[in-house]
Amino acid sequence: MNSRLLTQHPAANLATARGRARLAWRRWLPRGQALVTAMPYGWLLLFFLVPFLFVLGISFSEVEVASPPYRALLSRSEDVLNVALNLGNYRYLFGDALYLDAYLGSLQMASITTLICLLLGYPIAYTIARAPLTKRNTLLMLVMLPFWTSFLVRVYAWMGILDNEGLLNKLLLQLGLIDTPLQLMHTQLSVQIVMVYAYLPFMILPLFSNLAKLDGRLLEAAEDLGCRPWQAFLRVTLPLSRNGIVAGAMLVFIPAVGEFVIPELVGTPESLMIGKVLWMEFFDNNNWPMAGAVTIVMVALLIIPITYLHKREEKQLAQAEQR
Amino acid sequence: MNLAEQQLGLSQHAGNAHPYLQIVDIEKKFGDHTAVDHVNLNIERNEIFALLGSSGCGKSTLLRMLAGMEKPSAGRIILDGEDITDLPPYHRPINMMFQSYALFPHMSVAQNIAFGLKQDRLPRADIDARVERMLELVQMTKYAHRKPYQLSGGQQQRIALARSLAKRPKLLLLDEPLGALDKKLRQQTQLELVSMIEQVGVTCIMVTHDQEEAMTMAGRIGIMSEGQLLQVASPGDIYEHPNCRFTAEFIGETNLFGGHVVEDEADHVCIQAAELPRPVRIGHGITGTLGMPVWLSLRPERVAVSRQQPTQQHNWAAGTVSDIAYLGSFSIFHVRLESGKVIKASVPASHWRDEAAPGWNQPVFVSWADNDAVVLTQ
Repeated sequence: MNSRLLTQHPAANLATARGRARLAWRRWLPRGQALVTAMPYGWLLLFFLVPFLFVLGISFSEVEVASPPYRALLSRSEDVLNVALNLGNYRYLFGDALYLDAYLGSLQMASITTLICLLLGYPIAYTIARAPLTKRNTLLMLVMLPFWTSFLVRVYAWMGILDNEGLLNKLLLQLGLIDTPLQLMHTQLSVQIVMVYAYLPFMILPLFSNLAKLDGRLLEAAEDLGCRPWQAFLRVTLPLSRNGIVAGAMLVFIPAVGEFVIPELVGTPESLMIGKVLWMEFFDNNNWPMAGAVTIVMVALLIIPITYLHKREEKQLAQAEQR
Repeated sequence: MNLAEQQLGLSQHAGNAHPYLQIVDIEKKFGDHTAVDHVNLNIERNEIFALLGSSGCGKSTLLRMLAGMEKPSAGRIILDGEDITDLPPYHRPINMMFQSYALFPHMSVAQNIAFGLKQDRLPRADIDARVERMLELVQMTKYAHRKPYQLSGGQQQRIALARSLAKRPKLLLLDEPLGALDKKLRQQTQLELVSMIEQVGVTCIMVTHDQEEAMTMAGRIGIMSEGQLLQVASPGDIYEHPNCRFTAEFIGETNLFGGHVVEDEADHVCIQAAELPRPVRIGHGITGTLGMPVWLSLRPERVAVSRQQPTQQHNWAAGTVSDIAYLGSFSIFHVRLESGKVIKASVPASHWRDEAAPGWNQPVFVSWADNDAVVLTQ
């Protein structure tokens, strides 16, 4: 950048030929900036994209009693290279109601979790963002405090709370509100409660960082122009926090779809979620190709809508720029 | 307090011609800090009024109380006969142009201007027509569909003005209207802004720390310091007849001398200043007593510099040139008097037609006329 500017500058005409040559070869050097950004991308390429391609490959192979337990896609006999793409895993997957139910169940559970997290997380994030600076850090710390203990320990703690002889039932019995213990553990409700609990901070943090940036003068301007405080919230704060909502929703929704531990520990055996199916295919059935296909479909389910929305937004932005 | 009662009394004598906006004994305290200290002010319809003061003087707090964003600790605000002191901002017929413009970043220019009209649930056609008119007024019709971040600072300022005028407020408040613009653009925009405001015919109060901005744009100026409104007058009167030391020093450049009254007649007074060799004669009477301590303000452009000793009896002193700032059309001479006091004199270049301009360290005489020095009793 700099070197180009220099050569375009009239003063550069005065530079000696040697000086110009020196500037010219510097242009071909990789820029430090590019190097710095290349490193994280290289990391992702190595440890995300490459394993993903392995999984994609395995999903098109056939199960075999061997180690590893699938047939290689490429085989060579004499001078012929054989590529065997097995679409059977996918056909089976789309043909069996079990898998579709598991996908739908997971999507539904993740959607409800995201929605509840948003409804609970927004007021919390808003309160923290509007709190005086001295209190703000304490409040943020409280949100992150659960991360100081292991995720598993926290799920076990919830089991202690929701169990038939758990804290909640004991409390309700003692207060005389119920006569017999409520069946909370191993229901859809218990999964839902623990999911919301586990993912709430991932909604609060991006929302907070978005809302903290909101310029208070915009709200004053809205009130000056006739908005009551709640109207100012709806017309200014909410639309401006859209990016925070989207970021929080993604951070909750995406891992929630593939969640395995929570339904396994507090869920019902009947209600299958896709994370559980994945585990079963891989560890119980030792069917790597099927597990691969389940994974690929799950990733596609997540990535395709997100990419579509992203592209549409880019197009809208570009149109706005042109006008 | 006295001044306020006089003002209010006068307006009542004038019959039904109440002032358009009455700020009555307004006070604002933050804890034990008094930000606005019993301010009284009347604003006439269609006036452009400037509150001028350095930062922290309370001018912005006063403006925010008018907008309804701060609640006064005491006092009333009466606009067009209606007491609006307790109205929330969204019920006041007042709109404000914010210093940073506070344009909504997620809305286009047209949506920003329509914001308040939509809130009032005006019919769609009316909103469109009024937005159109506002865009014409600020000459931004072409940019209706741009987003604020796609506009320059000057363009954003126009949109902010259009937005604050769109609801046809009874009172327009401008908070440092040109503060965010660079100097060159500011000077050009000052008169443009005034002409737009006058075209709409809205009563306007602006807050600024820039005296040039206040003097160019406003019909009257109120000088504020430490929460108090010290003087309210036209730009000319503020400059020529400051009523206190603060105003004299705050507006423009001046030479100040402390002294006391040694001769007190109906048609003239004489004031002995310690730093001047002979009494200063003022060609009119003042409300004061013999021996009273006063301050004298003498503007640099009122001070003549000469190599010849003046023939007049009063109002001159001898000294040497200690510094000259040459500014082309005029020069600022710093003349050190025998008392050690340095007096500034701005001398137009044309003054040196008959005699050569004195140089550094040369002996000169400074002099001024009877009515050039202003007596400040506060």
